[in-house]
Amino acid sequence: MSSLIRVWNIPGGVHPPENKKQSLQLPLGEIPLPPVLVIPLNQHLGTPSQAVVQVGDNVLAGQLIGAADGTFSVNTHASTSGTVIAIEECAIPHPSGIAAESIVIQPDGLHAWIEKEECADFRALDRLDLLDKIRAAGIAGLGGAGFPTAVKLAPKSTQIIDTLILNGAECEPYITADDMLMQVRANELIAGTLLLSHILHYPEKLLIGVEDNKPKAIAALKMAIASASVTDPEAKKIQVVSFPTKYPSGGAKQIIQILTGRETPSGHHSADIGVICVNVATAVAAWRAVRYGEPMISRVTTIVGEALQTQRNIDVLFGTPISYVLEQHGFDKNRASRVVMGGPMMGFTLLDLDAPVIKTTNCILAPSKQELPAPPPAQACIRCGMCADVCPASLLPQQLFWYAQAEDFDRLEAHNLFDCIECGACSYVCPSTIPLVQYYRAAKGSIRQNELEKEKADRSRQRFEFRQARIAKEEAEKEAKRLLRQKAAEEAKQKLADKAASLSALPQVSQTVPDVVSAAVAKVSSVQVSTDEQKTKLERMVNAAKVTLEFSQKPLVPNKTNPVISEEQLVKQQVRIKQAELKLAEAEKKLADFIATQPVQNPTDAKPIEAAQATSVTPEIIVAAKTATAEVTATIEDPMAAAIARAKARKKAAAIPDKSDEEKRAEQIKALQSRLQKARERLAQAEAENDPNIEAFRLGITKLEERLNEIQNSIGLQTG
Amino acid sequence: MIDFILQNPILSALLALGGLSAAFGAILGFAAVKYKVEGDPLVERIDALLPQTQCGQCGHPGCKPYAQAIVNGEDINKCPPGGQATINALADLLDVPAPTLDTEHGEYSAVKKVAFIREDECIGCTKCIQACPTDAILGAAKQMHTVIIDECTGCDLCVEPCPVDCIDMVPLPTNIDSWKWALPATNQKPVFHVVANLIATDRRNTSDDKAA
Repeated sequence: MSSLIRVWNIPGGVHPPENKKQSLQLPLGEIPLPPVLVIPLNQHLGTPSQAVVQVGDNVLAGQLIGAADGTFSVNTHASTSGTVIAIEECAIPHPSGIAAESIVIQPDGLHAWIEKEECADFRALDRLDLLDKIRAAGIAGLGGAGFPTAVKLAPKSTQIIDTLILNGAECEPYITADDMLMQVRANELIAGTLLLSHILHYPEKLLIGVEDNKPKAIAALKMAIASASVTDPEAKKIQVVSFPTKYPSGGAKQIIQILTGRETPSGHHSADIGVICVNVATAVAAWRAVRYGEPMISRVTTIVGEALQTQRNIDVLFGTPISYVLEQHGFDKNRASRVVMGGPMMGFTLLDLDAPVIKTTNCILAPSKQELPAPPPAQACIRCGMCADVCPASLLPQQLFWYAQAEDFDRLEAHNLFDCIECGACSYVCPSTIPLVQYYRAAKGSIRQNELEKEKADRSRQRFEFRQARIAKEEAEKEAKRLLRQKAAEEAKQKLADKAASLSALPQVSQTVPDVVSAAVAKVSSVQVSTDEQKTKLERMVNAAKVTLEFSQKPLVPNKTNPVISEEQLVKQQVRIKQAELKLAEAEKKLADFIATQPVQNPTDAKPIEAAQATSVTPEIIVAAKTATAEVTATIEDPMAAAIARAKARKKAAAIPDKSDEEKRAEQIKALQSRLQKARERLAQAEAENDPNIEAFRLGITKLEERLNEIQNSIGLQTG
Repeated sequence: MIDFILQNPILSALLALGGLSAAFGAILGFAAVKYKVEGDPLVERIDALLPQTQCGQCGHPGCKPYAQAIVNGEDINKCPPGGQATINALADLLDVPAPTLDTEHGEYSAVKKVAFIREDECIGCTKCIQACPTDAILGAAKQMHTVIIDECTGCDLCVEPCPVDCIDMVPLPTNIDSWKWALPATNQKPVFHVVANLIATDRRNTSDDKAA
């Protein structure tokens, strides 16, 4: 079938020596299994895949070992059967020479395959299923960039694809991998083209673009189409288009322009202009993935260069160390100037020959020193303009060079640096041998880095501002709380002052007695809720005190145990009387104060109080008061508080009559301890506030401690 | 009306001009209120140029306060993390000559660094968390802390407060993603030893020699 397609021309371009004959002398070969396979998890464009095997696992050929991480990623498969011996950072073919995570497999030599799911008729399958098969097979563009094929074959619904281009141009010197593939696998390529056509809803045009320096490939393809057309009329649609050899017509944008005359706009994909362009080897891999269920584990690679004894194309497993490949082809280290992955125009020098063959390795070039000498030093730009003449993207390489030197990134972007395909035509023609492409690559890298940094700076700014806002909010909340607390404290102080005013009338005793006690009193009194209760209590106290006084005033009567009244006893009685008197006076005063401080109090109430004074004395309280007054001589406790405490204790004891003595004591100790604790707290507070009663507080504490010790000692004695 | 203008040309002219000025004054006044710009746009633009490390090396508590200070007349060469590039950008924006970096505030380092906490030495005091201006340190009291590398600006502020000195500033490692091509070496210094290689025939001769 003759070409009915008009062939367009692209701007620029160069004609470097082709050097394609060397590797086409021998048929497609194979090499034995290497002792070890190093399979990087990132052999494509996009996110690296994630290892799904462990060290020590046995794997089969075609088994998934790295799962795609997201849509824009590609699966990785074991290239042969064997054992995973390491998952570590290994040298990979990358211009930086940086190591990356790889799975190292020790082959068992059997090359046993996983179970393959074959599919005789792809048209019976849903398009999405076919895409899934291609995605699962880990197919990435084999032309050199490694774009995930499943992503490429799923254009947006707005992109109407009318042309499918199979890129068999292979314009770069030395490389013949696609040429060889088209010669030996033409039938598979035609089948693959039909498969892709089916997936893309049968575009109008199915074109296989081949440069006219590959007559054998063109003939093979035409034959394959003819034989396929017998069984499948769709194959008649496929046209093989040969066009004049010119570098870089194999670039995706360039071959689209050559075959359709359409130019891909800056910043757009070819799908935006209705064209999908796939490398011929990728189409074959996709076909094998669907037809035979074979994941992509090998590729055709050109092994070429004068430093090798054998120059040919081989079908090589991914992960085969390049050093092993070179060894199999009689690599002479001393003759080689360097080893390049890719062609002489766009390839890069390998820094570590142990790096493996990966999906994008279309050529391994081991040139001799004469064949590809080290680039001569760059001279000054003479502004000849040859670079602009050959630029296939119609850029201004010279301007870009100046701006890249000056690191003027704004102007670089304004001159569409990112439309540069880095083909190297400008460097090739430069009479001053300026490594122009390296300038552009560096500038592109800097711009990308700056963009990332800008993004990061924006995020930092956001985080910083958020943090400032958060701190301000926290401060505001704290301030509000502090104000609230201050207000509450003031209120409490006011209350305390009121209380103090009512208590300040306490007689001498209260001042000589430690303040702890008065505080206790305050506490006790605060427990009493209603004023009535308070009053009754005070009245009771007065009564009790009276009774005590009477009791103590009784003349001492000699009894059986104490037949003689000693002087000591007399003195004691005197003291007791005095104490009782004092207490009575105090209690009365308190009552009077209390009545005085209750302005709402009905004056008539006074009478019943008087009456109550006479009658309402319960025996319990009397007992309490008695003990209280007795205690006064021993401790300097406020009798009132002590009395109340004791009365309470007694009540408690009465409530639980079966409590043992020890338990009571334990309770006592507990109570004392808690009081001691409280007293200490108060002391601390007093110290903080510089209270004049610090001494008193301290005394109170020592007293409490003494008592506690006493009781504990007595327990100790009892038990001991 | 026309009679009035004809009879009192000066007065009518004055009236017309006065009326016009009153009308435009009203429009301008309205516009000033209606289209008032919130905040200082210049501060925002300066802030956008600063590296946002929030390191405080300029003597201000963050990049935005420094941006504000620049608007108020402070020197633009006090930002060591930004280096000369930031100074040039600021000079460009403010239309002033670009000074060199004031090294009193620190030296520019081309290598980006991030904080790294030696985790087995961390006592969980949270002091570094409080110091971090971008909340890039994760941890809690008495729990080990760690740095979120992606959020760390390398500002250094967490190093000093650490009571056990377990924070290091380590250079950010280059990986496949962050690696970029370097500019050709010849960009930096001119090569003089190539004089013998100046013209193409020279070059051809040398390669022939080698071949022979």
